[in-house]
Amino acid sequence: MTELTNLTVAQIRDGHRAGDFSAIEVAEAFNANVAGAKALNAFIVETPDHALAAAKAADADRAAGTLKPLSGVPIGMKDLFCTNGVQTTAASHMLEGFVPRYESTVSQKLWDAGCGMLGKLNLDQFAMGSSNETSYFGNVISPWKRNDGGNAALAPGGSSGGSSSAIAARLCPAATGTDTGGSIRQPAAFTGISGIKPTYGRCSRWGIVAFASSLDQAGPMARDVKDCAIMLENMAGFDPKDATSLDMAVPNWEAALSSDLKGKTVGIPKEYRLEGIDSDIDAMWDAGIAMLKDAGAEVVEISLPHTKYALPAYYIIAPAEASSNLARYDGVRYGLRDLPQGAGLQDMYAATRADGFGPEVKRRIMIGTYVLSAGFYDAYYTQAQKVRTLIARDFEQAFASCDVILAPTAPSAAFGLGEKTADPLAMYLNDVFAVPASLAGLPAMSVPAALNREGLPLGLQIIGKAFDEQGVLNAGLAIEERAGFTARAEKWW
Amino acid sequence: MSIDQATVRKIASLARIAISDAEAAAMEGELNGILGWVEQLGEVDVTGVEPMTAVIPNHLRLRDDVVDADPLTGGNRRDDVLANAPAPQHGFFGVPKVIE
Repeated sequence: MTELTNLTVAQIRDGHRAGDFSAIEVAEAFNANVAGAKALNAFIVETPDHALAAAKAADADRAAGTLKPLSGVPIGMKDLFCTNGVQTTAASHMLEGFVPRYESTVSQKLWDAGCGMLGKLNLDQFAMGSSNETSYFGNVISPWKRNDGGNAALAPGGSSGGSSSAIAARLCPAATGTDTGGSIRQPAAFTGISGIKPTYGRCSRWGIVAFASSLDQAGPMARDVKDCAIMLENMAGFDPKDATSLDMAVPNWEAALSSDLKGKTVGIPKEYRLEGIDSDIDAMWDAGIAMLKDAGAEVVEISLPHTKYALPAYYIIAPAEASSNLARYDGVRYGLRDLPQGAGLQDMYAATRADGFGPEVKRRIMIGTYVLSAGFYDAYYTQAQKVRTLIARDFEQAFASCDVILAPTAPSAAFGLGEKTADPLAMYLNDVFAVPASLAGLPAMSVPAALNREGLPLGLQIIGKAFDEQGVLNAGLAIEERAGFTARAEKWW
Repeated sequence: MSIDQATVRKIASLARIAISDAEAAAMEGELNGILGWVEQLGEVDVTGVEPMTAVIPNHLRLRDDVVDADPLTGGNRRDDVLANAPAPQHGFFGVPKVIE
């Protein structure tokens, strides 16, 4: 029998349904992989019992003929989703020991669909970072190594770096992620897996630790496009508890998957051709264009003229929202309290927040506080909001002449841990291709497309029209079928 | 527009984050680097452009006017609300003395 931990979500679901193996066997196999992969530091908390309990229920449901859509499938949960009775930290010292008394909507939907939880996955602190180096609980290590014979530890991307590392290392077949400015797509690209950020509002934000509410969107990460479709179907849906939740039916994305792109037009944004970019990235992009043509699509050049302003607009808007959202951490209601001897209320706030937040989180709160402060609000924040309108308009106009957009996911392959930490701006630039779709609220996914000359995975990004996850998934599938990406990290952990 | 250390301390105070002089000095450079970079937004012509407030067109809803319509977010959950408080007292959040 194939090793159970090599199976995809669809294969586990179908194999369990067919009686090829029990859910308990699957859960035990993944629990063992999780327990044996401490070196990756992908999990903050492991929950083998949760996975086993769900597996037991799945086997009972199979016997009773009451199988659920994802019965028997164990998954990883990004530690940004509140889980009832299981510590939820957002990878921060601030929330260390915080045990929610309620369940996030997205995680509840997955449990209702029959999934079990293998553990809470590490991430960048409060999802702020692109390399998983800002976690209070230590860096997540990518299972991938360069082929140069060196042993440099590589970043799994961020902020969903625990999710990407764990899936690439076969510690879980799929995981949840969240994407504020690329936090699903960039880590997926860095580790040779797939991930989709749906249209803003598809997945409820209720119970997800907030970073930047107008951008935050949950989505699945998995090994292939079909698994992303399956997972997303079971995560999305209207939730009255989230004021920005979309009141729309959840399509049956899996059933409608088709890699036949005849009659579809793919836009290639000329502004994404960056001067001096790694030639492997451009070569992969060109190969991707050829693949989509081969799938029957017509390819046209498009223009997104405000692309270069997306990143600076993002680094005003996201920190502004973060500074407001993170004001809730006051040492009073939950989380850390640091009360120096004799301190009053204001000193307690300041001490608690100095102690509970890491440097990157503080940096963003400070930037956000500044751009929202009296006298600077219009020059920075309002201006950024107007530029955001123009970026969304760029996409609207481009989509008049194409159905989906193809671009690289990130401007480079995974970099080494510590290579970019000295310069916050260099780190921010990593999300240059991911942020525009976030600002416009559009669905976008990354699929693995090639290995670079160092033997590291590169991802292609497909951006779609609002609500057209199907178009994104279908183009992703067309690439997946043609790229034939089967490489995986050799086990060293 | 560049900020000095006094401004850094002012922002930190507004954000309720205690910082040392060394941290303020380090942050001065970092924040100026970031602010100098976002300044390029000033060159975009935004005449007649409305600031974006909702990325995907949506309307705000009113929930049904029913007490505890959703038990999860309704009332009578004091113990759950206080379960993670660092210093709950007598069914309330505890804070250091505010009024002398």
